[in-house]
Parts: sequence; structure tokens; C-alpha cells
Amino acid sequence: MSYITKPSARHPRLPSNAVGLTVRDYEGSMSTLCAGCGHDSVTAALVQAFFELDIEPHRVAKLSGIGCSSKTPAYFVSEAHGFNSVHGRMPAIAAGANAANRDLLYVGISGDGDSLSIGLGQFCHAIRRNVNMLYVLENNGVYGLTKGQFSASADIGTTSKRGEVNEQEPIDPVNLALSLGATFVARSFSGDKAQLVPILKAGLAHNGFAFVDVISPCVTFNDHEGSTKSYAYTRDNMHEVIETDFVPLRAEIKTDYADGSVQAITMHDGSVVKLRKVTEQYDPNDRSGVVDYLSETRSRGEIATGLLFLEAAGADMHGFQGTVDQPLVDIPYETLCPGSAALDQLQAEWR
Amino acid sequence: MAHDSSHGVNDFGLKIATVNGTGSASANGLLLQALFRMGVPVSGKNVFPSNIQGLPTWYEIRVNADGYTARSPDFQLVVAMNPESYARDIEEVVSGGWILYDSSRELSEEFKRDDVTFIGVPFADLCVTRFDGSRTRILMKNITYVGALVALLDIDMDVVKGMLQEKFATKQHLMEANFIAIELGRDYVLEHFDCPLPIRLETVDATKDSVMVTGNAAAALGCVYAGATVGAWYPITPATSVMDGFTEYCNRFRIDPETGKKNFCIIQAEDELAAAGMVIGASWMGARAFTPTAGPGISLMTEFIGLAYYAEVPSVFFDIQRAGPSTGMPTRTQQGDLLLCVYASHGDTKHIVLFPGDPKECFEFAVAAFDLAERFQTPTFVVSDLDIGMNDWMIPKLEWDDDFVPDRGKVLSAEELEQAERFYRYLDVDGDHVAARTLPGVHGKGAYFTRGSGHDKYGRYTEDSDEYVEVMDRLLKKVESAADAVPAPELHTVEGGSRLGLISIGGCHWAVLEARDQLLRDGVQVDYLRVRGFPFSSAVERFIDEHDVVVVVEQNRDEQLRKLLLLETNCVKQKLESITDYGGQPLSKGVVLEGLAPYLEALAVEVS
Ligand SMILES: Cc1ncc(C[n+]2csc(CCOP(=O)(O)OP(=O)(O)O)c2C)c(N)n1
Ligand code: SF4
Ligand SMILES: [Mg+2]
Repeated sequence: MSYITKPSARHPRLPSNAVGLTVRDYEGSMSTLCAGCGHDSVTAALVQAFFELDIEPHRVAKLSGIGCSSKTPAYFVSEAHGFNSVHGRMPAIAAGANAANRDLLYVGISGDGDSLSIGLGQFCHAIRRNVNMLYVLENNGVYGLTKGQFSASADIGTTSKRGEVNEQEPIDPVNLALSLGATFVARSFSGDKAQLVPILKAGLAHNGFAFVDVISPCVTFNDHEGSTKSYAYTRDNMHEVIETDFVPLRAEIKTDYADGSVQAITMHDGSVVKLRKVTEQYDPNDRSGVVDYLSETRSRGEIATGLLFLEAAGADMHGFQGTVDQPLVDIPYETLCPGSAALDQLQAEWR
Repeated sequence: MAHDSSHGVNDFGLKIATVNGTGSASANGLLLQALFRMGVPVSGKNVFPSNIQGLPTWYEIRVNADGYTARSPDFQLVVAMNPESYARDIEEVVSGGWILYDSSRELSEEFKRDDVTFIGVPFADLCVTRFDGSRTRILMKNITYVGALVALLDIDMDVVKGMLQEKFATKQHLMEANFIAIELGRDYVLEHFDCPLPIRLETVDATKDSVMVTGNAAAALGCVYAGATVGAWYPITPATSVMDGFTEYCNRFRIDPETGKKNFCIIQAEDELAAAGMVIGASWMGARAFTPTAGPGISLMTEFIGLAYYAEVPSVFFDIQRAGPSTGMPTRTQQGDLLLCVYASHGDTKHIVLFPGDPKECFEFAVAAFDLAERFQTPTFVVSDLDIGMNDWMIPKLEWDDDFVPDRGKVLSAEELEQAERFYRYLDVDGDHVAARTLPGVHGKGAYFTRGSGHDKYGRYTEDSDEYVEVMDRLLKKVESAADAVPAPELHTVEGGSRLGLISIGGCHWAVLEARDQLLRDGVQVDYLRVRGFPFSSAVERFIDEHDVVVVVEQNRDEQLRKLLLLETNCVKQKLESITDYGGQPLSKGVVLEGLAPYLEALAVEVS
């Protein structure tokens, strides 16, 4: 990605958060994406989410594959380590990194090409493994960086800029994630920051693989009439199933929702996610019910959004593995090396 | 079918032909270990099919008082337990040798040879009379041939019994069954034949400082001692037992005593691409991480290997080579991945590669690989093979220095970063071509973007030619500077020097050494160098310079080591000759001697 350092002008009146940082401190270098690209709005939402969660930048690890979407880790939290890996393989890097240091906050950014074509296998296995990370798929229905070919998320009947019609069945990442046992599944829209920010915050607090599919239009190759991933089409057809409110650990819970339409779910770190049903019969804890509901809405041409499914309890990769609580990178060598006496003992058995 | 009468006490070859999946592996292991415990140098080579049950399988044991453990295709005794492979097995006994077979079924005339002695023991019938259940009978049949060999070869019965007692300490009924089976075979042979044979064993004291272990187990243990905490892999023969070993030793040595939790993380990945990515991710965080695989896995990993090279992420890869190309012969050995590993990935790449020659070096080089990877911040390969990795080798006891401190390379601490004005990831400040790195989570000032796309020395994205070239040139110098840090070549020279030199690599060593010893005894002076690491130390080029003819002995068709020497040294092309052996069996001295013959004549090497 091109590299343009942003002027770091201080805005004295900008409010600072609990760790003394302003929202500007969570920005990265200047974006080189096309003006109006949906991915930049996702970046802005991430900046806001990190700021509001009072996260120390250096405790974040940002990862991506290859694509326009995968460039975005350069554009937020510049004081976090970033890893722009190879096309479709970010989940493996994230799993290995998390195995080594479970204490950092992992954010993976991918595209629909990156996650649903070349990297489909790794995406699926990261879900199965329940790697503790926030995984954002910036979904525009095309390969932006290679100039607009259909991706695997392109809907049947959608047209490309050059007028070809897609006839192949799309892969719906939300459906896929649900079927693979993902414990946090959301869909949002880059143009709806109010919805996206609390979802991202909840995803960061989630212990396990938090998957957020963000419809993020490609203004250059897939924002025309006839596209089902354009700004206009998404706005017209999205329908919020559930409203999300994120209450961090320290915050006082003021409103008392007595009407039963709100469900408060306590996360691993003690923070609370509140889900308000917009649709009466919707239950975000009922996996098969959610799948049925989504398939119904999809057949009506609607794009259901919100934190669609959440299961806060459960083991992540380390839970399955039985790894120590301390990050493996912090264990001193003396603890790791069995030493010469143990070697002698072992070799007595090799005779 | 060479006639061979030179063998005898503590010096012979034995081949056991069975059917895989019948439990013969444990009988053969028992036998090998018994000989080893009698103090006699031995080696065992398992020749097995890529199959779980029902196909022919062989186990070759070489007993050699002088300690030569290379494969030898001269078998004085063949234990023919598999009628399917009788024709071939009986054919393989040297003239004057012996064939021990199951006489429960009469041996067909076509197999008879009059230059060998047939020893028929009704193993199946004996087992039917003593054991119930078909599975037990099949398993015990294997133990009865061990019993027959106890009598024929004069194996110390106390040693065998002691081993069974250890093995079945908690399974009394199994121990008794095994005792019965051993005695069944032994007593029948004692009663019906003259025992022992002229080829036989005598207790000596030549193995007390040795252990028996496979290269994969030793490599796995090396990873534990190196402090590796993350292992990622996808199952593949012949590399699987590396991770089996790592798991076993970690469960033994790495469980936190207070919590019972694991001080390690082993991930069975969805494929080798993912395994490589996991290693790189863990290494990026500062863990010591590795993946064991074979050629097909390295092929899949190459994109990631290029990333680790260019982004300078330390990472350790074990390639336990098997016969390629493609799926090839998964259960046969080869050295066909030398060039693949040295230049893995697209674009200009070159890697540090270590070539262990036996399990002892698998252990030592595993430890060294992590140090080299971190010191030079680059992918590092340990290239072993099926023969070293999966067969039991007799090696000198492993040693460990408790003062060992791992070389973690240049990694900046939080304090150093706090004091630094700025940090630039790829800036070589002291001229050793290695730039300091930082680990995620340590300090905001250390943050940078790890990427496989073009970057300048400050770590910033670039598409500028000069900035790109500057980094690429440093990377080349960096890896080349490892030439003196990789294990030095092993040299065997004659006084006054010879005009003829031999170069070999990996497990070829033992056959080459044995062949050379024979030549020396015959008065033929030959120098020998074994390559143990890449980039080549300057000693390799010097060795070639100092000889008129250098014959490179290796186990692949395409003379990969010879070509690598031509590419990576300034040697004269015409000097380098080649002996290749790539049928999938471990090298034996005969191949070397035969291959060398024309050069000996041409050079008219002095024969005293
Ligand atoms: C192995 C490999 N094959 C092909 C490419 C070329 N490539 C780069 S980005 C990309 C598609 C990106 O699409 P997507 O993930 O949807 O990201 P977007 O640009 O749309 O945000 C492709 C095919 C590559 N980088 N690596
Ligand atoms: S090509 Fe599309 S996806 Fe890429 S930056 Fe431009 S608008 Fe965004
Ligand atoms: Mg895309």
C-alpha cells in the first residue's frame, strides 16, 4: 500500500479517553483507496471503536491478506503492529500469532476475494478453531484490486460494470460462519456507522472468533445500477434485525429495559452487549432459527443486518488446547528447556 | 546373489519379510533392541509400503562389529514369513546363506535353491496349538520367529526376557504370551537344527555409550530443548513422527505443574499453507515456532516462505524428504528437495539450510536452526530424509549444556524502545546486514508494518527501484553471511592430500565413509567432505579447488548437490563428477565403490 504520513496536528479540544488518547491517536497513515470507497468508512468505524474502548494501541495486532480491503490495517491505529500477509492466508498468521501471544487484541481485515475464494479454507478453519479475534470481511462483491472481476459473494443476477451477469450461486459468509459454529456473527454496512461501531466493539470484547460481514461498496467497480452491492441497493434493501448496544465494563448501566425486547449478554471480560430485537420473533441465540430467518429474508431480496448471532460462553482455541494462561512468548527459556538431567533420563529409555 | 563367506560372528545382514499390519514391527523392534543390548553395533531399516494393512513389508538388520551402520544389501539370512514375496525374498539371500520360513505350508519347488540352506519352522501351526483367537495367533507368530532367531543366532535369552518384562510390566498376560511364543520358536529350532549358525552373535561392549533413536524423535526433542513453543503441521509421511515426538516430549516436559496446562501449543492445520502461516504468525509474535513436513508440503508452503524471507520473519521448517516428484514413493527415502529448499519461493530468494547426517545431528541442528533463524531473521530449513527420520539409528548419546543460552537475535526491549528516538525496521545500523526487530505488544514505538510488498529500509511501502534494490541487496548479503554460522563441513583427509575428493550430504555419509575406509585399506587415497549447511562455507570451495576430480555422491536423479555447488561456488565445472542413487533405498557402500571405479582408473590413483 502506498504510504503517506498524515500530518499529526493536535486538536487541543478533542476529548481524550481513559488512556489519555484522542480519536486521532487511533488513526493510521492516509488512505490511498479510491475516494468514497466503503472500506474507508469501515476504517473510520474501527478508529471510533478502538477509541471508545480505551484500548492501548500497542496491545493491538492488525492483520490482513491482500486486496484493497487488506490495505486498510495501515489506515488505523498506527502504533499497533500490523501484518499485511499473502492473499487469503491471514487466518493462519492470526492463529499462529494468537497461539504465541494470547494477550493481544487481534483484528483481521479481509475482502470477499480474500476470504471466500483463495482463502475460503483458512477462513472456515479459523472459525472452527475459534481463534480469538475480530474478523472483518469488507464485502463488495468484486475483486477491487485486480479491477472488478466478480467475487464469490456476487449475487445471482448482479451485473458487472461491463455488463456481464453473474449466474453462479454466491457464498454467503454469514450463513457459512453460522454453519461452522461461529459464536459471534454480524452483518453491517459501511454506510451505517451507528450500527457498525457497537458491533465492532462487541466483537473486540468477544472471546472467540467474532465475524463481521460488512457490505462495503466498491465505488470504482461495483456501484452501478444492476449491482446488488452498491450503496443505493444496500441502503434500499438492508433491514436491521437487531440493534446492538455495547456497554463497556466500567460503564454504569442506566436504562432498565423491562419490556423483554432487550437481551443483555455479559461478555468474557465483563462488559455487556445489549441486543434489542427489531423483529419480534427473532432470537439471536437460536442458531438454526437464525439460519432459517436469514434464508427467508434473503429470498425476499432483503439484507438482514445487526449482530445476528451471539453465544458468549465457550472455549476459544486456547480453551480447546489447554494452553497456559500466560502468553507463550512470556515463558522464560529456563522453564521451557528440560535440561541435561532430563535428557539423560530420557535416553536411558532409548537403550 | 554374490557369494560371500566373509561374514560370521557379529557381522551379517538379516532381512525379515512380513505382511504389514500384522504386528511384525514390534517383533522386529524387539529383535533390534536385543542385539543392541548385547553390546553389538546394529542398524535397522524399515522398508514399508504406503498402506495400512496387507501388503509386503521388510525389515533389514545389519549387525556389524566395526560399527558400520549404512544399509547393506547383502543378506546372509532371510526370514521369509510372507508367501506373497517368497520369490523375491529367497532370491535375495547371498549364496551360502540361510532362509528361515514358515513350513506350515510346504514350500513350492519353484522357490528352492541349492546354494542356500532352508530352515523350515511351522510357525503358524505352532501358534495354532498354543494360542486361541486368530488375531493373537497372527501377532504371536511374529514373536515365534524372534524365538527361532534366538536359537539360530545365539541371542541372549535373558536380554530378550528382560525387554519383554519392561515392555509388558503392567500387562502380565501379554508378557506370558510373549514368553511362550519366544520359547515355542526357540525350542523347535533347537530340537530340529544345528544351532547356532556360523553367523551369530556374541555379547560385546560396543554400544554402552550409544542410544537407539529415530531422527524424527531426535529432531522433535531438539525443538523442545531449543525452547520452541508453537508447532503447526499437516500429517504427511515421513514427517508425522516429528510432531508425534514433539507432542510426547512436550506432554512429558512442558506441563505447568501448578495448573496442569500446557506450555506449548500444537496446531494441526488444515494444510501445509496454513501450517507455514501459523509458524510465521507465531514467530512474528516472538515465539520459537516450527513445522515438520515433506516435499509436497514444502511445495505448498513456498508462497509463505517467500514472505518470511522478504519480511524477515524467523521461522523453522523441517523437510523429511521422501521420493518425489509429486506423491512419488511416500515410504521411500531420497534427497530430492535440496534445490527446492535452498531457493524456495518466487523471486530472488535463498535460504539457510541444514543437512543432518544422523539422528544426533537432527537433535543438534534442530537447536541450531532456531538460533540461526532468529539471528538472521529468515526461514531456516532442516532437511532430513525418511531413512534418517523414521529408522532406528545407533548414535552416540546426546549431550546438553545446561549453560546454553538461545540466540534470539536482535530484538529491542521496551526499555530500548523507550529510549530510542525512532525505530526503523529494516535499517542496518551496524553493518552486519541484520536490522533489529521489535515484537508486537511491547511498545508503541516499535510498531511497524510487516509486509511482503515492496519496502524501503525504513519499513515503508515503496515502488522505488533504488529503495527496493537496497533492501534486496542487504538480504542477499545477510543470508550469505550465514555461511560461517551454519554447521561446518565435516572433513576426512589423508596425509599429503589426494587428487580425488568425495563430497556427500545427509545420510549418504555412512555409506561413503564405509566405502572410503575400504579404499584406504586397499591403499587408495581419497579425501572426503560432507556438506552440513548452506550457504556453503568457504571450506567447501577450497576442498574442490584442492582436488583434480571431485565426485559428488547424493540421492537424487538430477545431481542437485552437484548443481548447487556449481551455482554457489566458483569451482571449475569439469571437476565435479557425480554418483547418484535415487531408487528410494538408503545408500550402501557398493553403490559408491562401483560409481567411483572409473574415476579411480582415470586418475590412476596410487594403489600400494
Ligand atoms: C496468490 C495470489 N493470486 C492473485 C493475487 C492477485 N490479487 C490481489 S488482490 C485480489 C483480489 C482481492 O479481492 P478482495 O479480497 O475482494 O479485496 P478488494 O480489493 O475487493 O477489497 C487478487 C486476485 C495475489 N495477490 N496473490
Ligand atoms: S477499487 Fe474499489 S475496493 Fe478498491 S479502493 Fe477503489 S473503490 Fe475501494
Ligand atoms: Mg472484494
